[in-house]
Amino acid sequence: MNIHEYQAKGLFRQYGVKTLHGVVASNSDEAAKACKELGGKIWVVKAQVHAGGRGKGGGIVLCRSADEVYEAATNLIGKNLVTPQTTKDGVEVRNIYVEEGCNISKELYLGIVLDREKDLPVIMASTEGGVEIEEVASKNPEKILKVHVDPITGLGDWQARQIAFGLGLEGNQIRNSIKFMKSLYKLFVDLDCSIVEINPLVVNTENEIIALDAKINFDSSALFRHKEIEELRDTNEEEPLETRANKVGLNYIKLDGEIGCMVNGAGLAMATMDIIKLHGGEPANFLDVGGGADAKQVAEGFKVILSDPEVKAIFVNIFGGIMRCDFIAEGIITAAKEINMNVPLIVRLAGTNVELGKKMLSESGLDLISADDMDDGARKAINAIGGNS
Amino acid sequence: MSIWLDSKSKIVVQGITGKNGQFHSKQMIDYGTKLVGGVTPGKGGQETLGLPIWDTVSEAVDAGANVSCVFVPPPFAADAIMESADSGIKLIVGITEGIPALDMVKVKKYISSKDVRLIGPNCPGIITPGESKVGIMPGHIHRRGDVGVISRSGTLTYEAVNQVTEKGLGQSTCVGIGGDPVNGTNFVDCLEAFENDENTKSIIMIGEIGGSAEETAADYVKEYVSKPVVGFIAGRTAPPGKRMGHAGAIISGGKGTAREKMKAMERAGIHVTENPAELGKTLEEIL
Repeated sequence: MNIHEYQAKGLFRQYGVKTLHGVVASNSDEAAKACKELGGKIWVVKAQVHAGGRGKGGGIVLCRSADEVYEAATNLIGKNLVTPQTTKDGVEVRNIYVEEGCNISKELYLGIVLDREKDLPVIMASTEGGVEIEEVASKNPEKILKVHVDPITGLGDWQARQIAFGLGLEGNQIRNSIKFMKSLYKLFVDLDCSIVEINPLVVNTENEIIALDAKINFDSSALFRHKEIEELRDTNEEEPLETRANKVGLNYIKLDGEIGCMVNGAGLAMATMDIIKLHGGEPANFLDVGGGADAKQVAEGFKVILSDPEVKAIFVNIFGGIMRCDFIAEGIITAAKEINMNVPLIVRLAGTNVELGKKMLSESGLDLISADDMDDGARKAINAIGGNS
Repeated sequence: MSIWLDSKSKIVVQGITGKNGQFHSKQMIDYGTKLVGGVTPGKGGQETLGLPIWDTVSEAVDAGANVSCVFVPPPFAADAIMESADSGIKLIVGITEGIPALDMVKVKKYISSKDVRLIGPNCPGIITPGESKVGIMPGHIHRRGDVGVISRSGTLTYEAVNQVTEKGLGQSTCVGIGGDPVNGTNFVDCLEAFENDENTKSIIMIGEIGGSAEETAADYVKEYVSKPVVGFIAGRTAPPGKRMGHAGAIISGGKGTAREKMKAMERAGIHVTENPAELGKTLEEIL
């Protein structure tokens, strides 16, 4: 789960991770007022959207007067911001963050992620602040310092020192950065983060270490023990159909194609999308109904798929393990009664209770195309929308 | 005849009285798995499915258990795994989906000093057809044979197994290593075991987007595996930055794509198919 920069900075402050003062605003008047509150002579207006690359998209504006802040806010709020990480339509900016200025002497990078190869949290730091870490990793990998942290002992001072000296910090900067990194690591662990990234991290002319930006991703599997984090969720930033499916416990991701997919299991769901593409079609979505879905959830899954106007056919691909084929059949029949299935439905069932499931479907009188295996199903789905498999 | 699990393995189910634990314990018993009992703290002394329930795993070990199967809900699953590791269990199969990643980081560190293997979590389990099944896979699609199967996915494994069985072949052992970013047993562990298992003659390896376990596995195959390997990677059509159902199935920062993984596997001499419906066929062709 992602949150906005201003929310992440709020959490930083709770953990003693130094940030600049800032105020959230949802209109231009609030923004102009905010810069008076903050004082100073220079402010930065930052669009609050989850997508990265805001600077490149014009979402971060340096201002030298309240009028400029007002103007920047007017240009951003209510408009769509296009960045290298959004679609070509961009995402709507609902809020901006007005932040005080800062006398920067050094720009750095600092991040904490889970290293999947070593199964340990890793602190990554670089002197290449402001540049995307992936770019540094591919062009100058030697400029990335990495320190793995033992989950039992936590981040040691000596490890933080390694990074501080490695970054070329000196004097008071060393002590300040150790405190900074230890606080940040504590936040990472306490809040079950999957990514904490500060780019740029800056050293100001007073030798203070400050998070100029803040990005946090949380491990969705751990949200059950962080209700306060769950409350930071901004559903405006999510695809509405995905939010709706998630509410009933279905894993749905919208794509751009025409063939809707309903599958059990994440791997098989991806493989189903792949086989549609392989035969010349385009999948409209990823949908894993999971192992324990009931007829009601299956019916809701159909409704979600059909809410996407691009969908021209639906391919149901079930390999019953925990999921029984008769449950899926019941779900299909229930859904067909409740909603107008106005597109061809291709059904492939295999595994547990397959005979019963097939019997229920054929006795229901539903108009559907039955498939022998997933290859056959994908081809039939493509042919059903007039494609050539 | 197999790796890690055979007809002599004695299984204890952690979380046997829960809905899933109960249902699948019954399925395992029906398959012929030697279930010795279950653990549900607070229900020790009672019985279920005609088997004893204990409060602790160490009581199960005293009763002969050497394998545990974990159905404990996510908030308590890491603790359950560490309890098994500490009690002398030799093989832990974690079925639970949704364990916090940082819990698993601690588990991994903790069990690294113990003589124990963890499979999963978030996996279908392990089965040696005709001998023992520990997990949630449908037993009836499996057939005794000499193909070793390794996969990060559940149902996609069933798909592969079914294709192998339909070709008249069978499986030595099938291991689901799970869809989480931090797991106990990886591809390389399985490849090494299958390479050393004289009854495994070929291997099917099913990966998916996210992480770099497949690339590491490909390097290992190139260097150490003499048996033919057939491979598939799920998620060629997955968009970057989106978590595809499994916690570990995500392309992040341009890394972990299906394309990279398939290339690495092909370079290692693995017979990669782009069609998940042709795993059985591809295997048949090279044998």
